[in-house]
Amino acid sequence: MSNTFLGMPTLPVFGHGNLNATEPFPKAARRELANTQLRANLGHATHTIRDKRLKVVAELPDWEELRNAGSAIKNATMANLPALLEQFEANFTARGGIIHWARDAQEANEIVTDLIRATGETEVVKVKSMATQEIGLNEYLEEQGIAAFETDLAELIVQLDHDKPSHILVPAIHKNRSQIREIFLREMADVDPALTDDPARLAEAARKHLRKKFLSAKVAVSGANFGLADTGTLTVVESEGNGRMCLTLPETLITVMGIEKLLPSWTDLEVFMQLLPRSSTGERMNPYTSLWTGVTPGDGPQNVHLVMLDNGRTAALADEMGRTALNCIRCSACMNVCPVYERTGGHAYGSTYPGPIGAILSPLMTGIKSEENNSLPYASSLCGACYDACPVKINIPEILVHLRGEDVDSKRSKTKAPTQMDLMMKGAQWAFSSGSHLNLLEKGLPLGKLVAGRNKVIKKLPGLAAGWTQSRDIPAPPSQSFRQWWATEHQAPAGVEHPEGDQA
Amino acid sequence: MKIALFATCIVDAMYPRTARATVTILERLGHEVVFPQGQACCGQMHVNSGYFKEALPVVANHVKAFDTDDYDVAVAPSGSCVASVKHQHEMVARRCGDAALEARAAVVGAKTYELSQLLTDVLGISNAAEQLGSYFPHKVTYHPSCHGMRLLRLEDRQLNLLASVGGIEMVALPEADQCCGFGGTFSMKNADVSSAMNADKAANICGTGAELCSGGDASCLLHIGGGLSRQGSEVGTLHFAEILASTLENPVTVTGEVQLAGGKR
Amino acid sequence: MSARDDVMSRIKSALRDSPIAPEIPRNYSRTSTMNDEQRLEQLVDRLIDYKANVFVVAAGQAPVKLAELLAGSSSIVVPHGLPDSWLSGLPSIGGNDAGTVAVQVDSPERRLTVEELDAVDAVVTAAAVAVAETGTIMLDGSPSQGRRIISLVPDRHICLLQARDIVGLLPEAIARLDATAPQTWISGPSATSDIELERVEGVHGPRTLDVLILT
Repeated sequence: MSNTFLGMPTLPVFGHGNLNATEPFPKAARRELANTQLRANLGHATHTIRDKRLKVVAELPDWEELRNAGSAIKNATMANLPALLEQFEANFTARGGIIHWARDAQEANEIVTDLIRATGETEVVKVKSMATQEIGLNEYLEEQGIAAFETDLAELIVQLDHDKPSHILVPAIHKNRSQIREIFLREMADVDPALTDDPARLAEAARKHLRKKFLSAKVAVSGANFGLADTGTLTVVESEGNGRMCLTLPETLITVMGIEKLLPSWTDLEVFMQLLPRSSTGERMNPYTSLWTGVTPGDGPQNVHLVMLDNGRTAALADEMGRTALNCIRCSACMNVCPVYERTGGHAYGSTYPGPIGAILSPLMTGIKSEENNSLPYASSLCGACYDACPVKINIPEILVHLRGEDVDSKRSKTKAPTQMDLMMKGAQWAFSSGSHLNLLEKGLPLGKLVAGRNKVIKKLPGLAAGWTQSRDIPAPPSQSFRQWWATEHQAPAGVEHPEGDQA
Repeated sequence: MKIALFATCIVDAMYPRTARATVTILERLGHEVVFPQGQACCGQMHVNSGYFKEALPVVANHVKAFDTDDYDVAVAPSGSCVASVKHQHEMVARRCGDAALEARAAVVGAKTYELSQLLTDVLGISNAAEQLGSYFPHKVTYHPSCHGMRLLRLEDRQLNLLASVGGIEMVALPEADQCCGFGGTFSMKNADVSSAMNADKAANICGTGAELCSGGDASCLLHIGGGLSRQGSEVGTLHFAEILASTLENPVTVTGEVQLAGGKR
Repeated sequence: MSARDDVMSRIKSALRDSPIAPEIPRNYSRTSTMNDEQRLEQLVDRLIDYKANVFVVAAGQAPVKLAELLAGSSSIVVPHGLPDSWLSGLPSIGGNDAGTVAVQVDSPERRLTVEELDAVDAVVTAAAVAVAETGTIMLDGSPSQGRRIISLVPDRHICLLQARDIVGLLPEAIARLDATAPQTWISGPSATSDIELERVEGVHGPRTLDVLILT
């Protein structure tokens, strides 16, 4: 293809599907925070995984060098994406794989449906995949009369409970063992009624439940963790063996992969397969990794398809400040360390992608004005724990701030009345853009003392500040600002009487 | 050494005693402290709330106040404000297309230190009791604020200074690296999550049995202290500069009422 | 315009600022400084940590050890390229007498069905390479390891690994493998951490992994 931009579509072309917060984050968070069982489950799970991650990361003396390499490899991937996609396509196709391209969720769903229909099957087994979650494939297939069975244990739990995933690695992180036992007893037709809540027994129940499905499945649908451009190889990283079952036993394999999942070379896998398992499950290596390149005669599926998905990824790529969000390898370390996620859980974010990465990825893919996605970049105290944990060094706090700017700018208009926040920022701009302005304002500090009264604290303020005073007092301000003290006392010439002033 | 004090807006207006303590420490070490009068605020509230356009004049004001040869280094008793000066000012200028401001902001940023950085790395303070005469006979726990920890990589500088104060008893804060939930306007926009984070921080602080919680960011201490106060806790918060300024002769009390050299109560 | 062309032009349009691809800093460890003994020790440690059963024996003892491990098993499957000598200690190969082990060979001429594989007690394979640092055994579908399905469906996997095929670090293993071969990397028996982030061994893949390291 030529490199001319003439006649090209106007970017960005945003994505659709399960990528939206459907209610403002603060509202959703308030509801989730009230769920004490959820808080307890999440607190336990996130602390467990944090400790595991720290332990295995500390084992590698070259962890920071691996992160630097990982970050650079993904940046290079994005910079060379057209050429790498063509290279991947040529290699995958040369070995008998068939590639399909999907502009958006709808197109991807239609392609997968047609491929399944062509086999004559009405059932498929699925390996956990964020991409198919994002496009709402299961729901679409159901409408088309095709049953999709999730085979990852956590996805199975969520599917059996008619619930939604709340974490990208452990979709049922919000459920504890006894809740999972109840779901199995209620929803698994063939379950042993004496099932206990011992995780080993629960895993065994899942094995029995799915075994026949695996052994008789004709079609599987998967995602992919990495696509290697120089060899045309696809990779799925998993733990339970459900991935191997789906990738090996059926006759037809349909993989849905975002266009950003490429790595330039097979060698690059040596970096990412060190970064990913340690960051995600806190293991030195995940139990199983499968790699396939097109079709291997006599070994595994003989009809191998790959759907390459845009669905807003090019929109994210077009944002120069935000495009590194596409470097994400879906490890979930950022949400595991996030103090906000830890307390609200994944459902509060609405989108398939929760936590800090979701708070940037979702609005980047859909545009800041989509549904309630403009509330997501504010779902962070900017503490920076996510950036430190990210194996590919995505500067999530910086992109959050960038997207807040996008949100503010998107609402600037002459006709609309300014919000309280707008007014506060305007006022602060005046006060903070000059020392004398601030000084003038500070002369009003004694008024604050009056408001505070004898207890020397302010307990209730109106408007936006009411958010603060719902759980926090404000101390009575001092009678004199520092700059006033400096001018009148510190710098005062010797011998001059200091005015008496008390300081709280 | 001639040291320019960047008091920061919150300290200037709400916690002048923290800035006075900073002056006291530096003067005790024999340095000259100057206070550039034009200074106001670093602008991080605007930046972190997405109001880049409004942040620009605030950043420009700071750069104007500090872009002089009249001092050797600048210091602020706040990790997040220093992080803003060092990491955000250039970005704001760039985003608003002001290349000249971007270049000047880089110069100012490079000369600006957080207080514990200045004391430890530039002024060679490793023992506050011996070198500063610091004395504070209280049981203290310490919260390392996020921006000092993750943006400035202060590591244990503040903690080590505190631990070397005469008479002090330091107790470790469980989950110290967890954010208190302040986050600027986050505390208002997402007040519920912020309150939940602060409640956990308060519980950890109270669990230590300390008389007070120290730290290096007035805003986080305001947040933590505000939560503790609302809960009716006796535990207060106090900036580490005030503890370093405290001596046997001129003690700082737990409630922070301060009698510092060169000033009055 | 086809979807492919559309997506491609969107990408090129998104990259109209022509970002420069950075140099990749590969100053992470790419070769291990450990000696043979240390590598073996680390691999054993890692595998045991994953709850695999590990046995280190002299190469000549492989048939005896394998027979011992298979005592009580009545049927196994092996890939057609597995060295015959390894099975020489099994009682009455292919026989149906009590106490003997029926050995089914999966080969390009006679591919076993899923049902046949589901009925055997264990699979015995070789391995291409193993990584000590991560405790990972890699199969690449060569004749001594067989098709992916045979090491998946049976509930027990006995893997024989030559000590000379143990490398220290992942990059060293990558350098020895052909990317386009169908690969399975195995680090312990099948496991899940999906319930309260607690690792539990034994889900859909083989629930028992025995690793026989031949020195």
